[in-house]
Amino acid sequence: MGNGLIIFFLVFGALMSLVASLGCLRLPDLYTRMHAATKSGTVGIMSIVIAMMIQLDDASVIFRGILVILFFLLTAPVAAHMIGRSAYRSGVALWDKSSVDEYKTKK
Amino acid sequence: MLEIATAATMLILMGSLIPVTIRVIKGPTLPDRVIALDVAASIVVAIILVHCIQTGSLYYLTGATVVALVAFLGTVALALYMQKGGSS
Repeated sequence: MGNGLIIFFLVFGALMSLVASLGCLRLPDLYTRMHAATKSGTVGIMSIVIAMMIQLDDASVIFRGILVILFFLLTAPVAAHMIGRSAYRSGVALWDKSSVDEYKTKK
Repeated sequence: MLEIATAATMLILMGSLIPVTIRVIKGPTLPDRVIALDVAASIVVAIILVHCIQTGSLYYLTGATVVALVAFLGTVALALYMQKGGSS
């Protein structure tokens, strides 16, 4: 039973990482690429960490796995926010078909 | 069964390094390359964790944490560089 759970989490995490990298290649815009990369990359890492915590059933491994998960949950949105803000301010254009630009209308 | 699953996971992760590399090479602006390198770092962390599962050793977990930390610091440093008016 444990094996099936480990295999499920492993394959799910790997497919999520594949989705992140394919979105990073295929999407049309910096901001949509950032959306794909941040969200599915974080979910993929979290799933693989959970598989590792089930497989190596040890207290220090579980503690360090929770540390890695918390670290990714804290740092991925901060990094994406800083990159997006500085890219917008340095003039990277949005996609042609994007319909709303709230940062511009707010100012 | 678990050996086959870990090998397939390794193959998928290594294959998902290829589109990121293409984006790093051809990305039109600097933020595209920074985002692609961030994704590449998270894939490297995933590869290290799968290697931990394969061999059953827990000594590389610290390495995974360190790679994640260095990737975050690099992203923040490049964002500040762009904000101070570096090349866009």
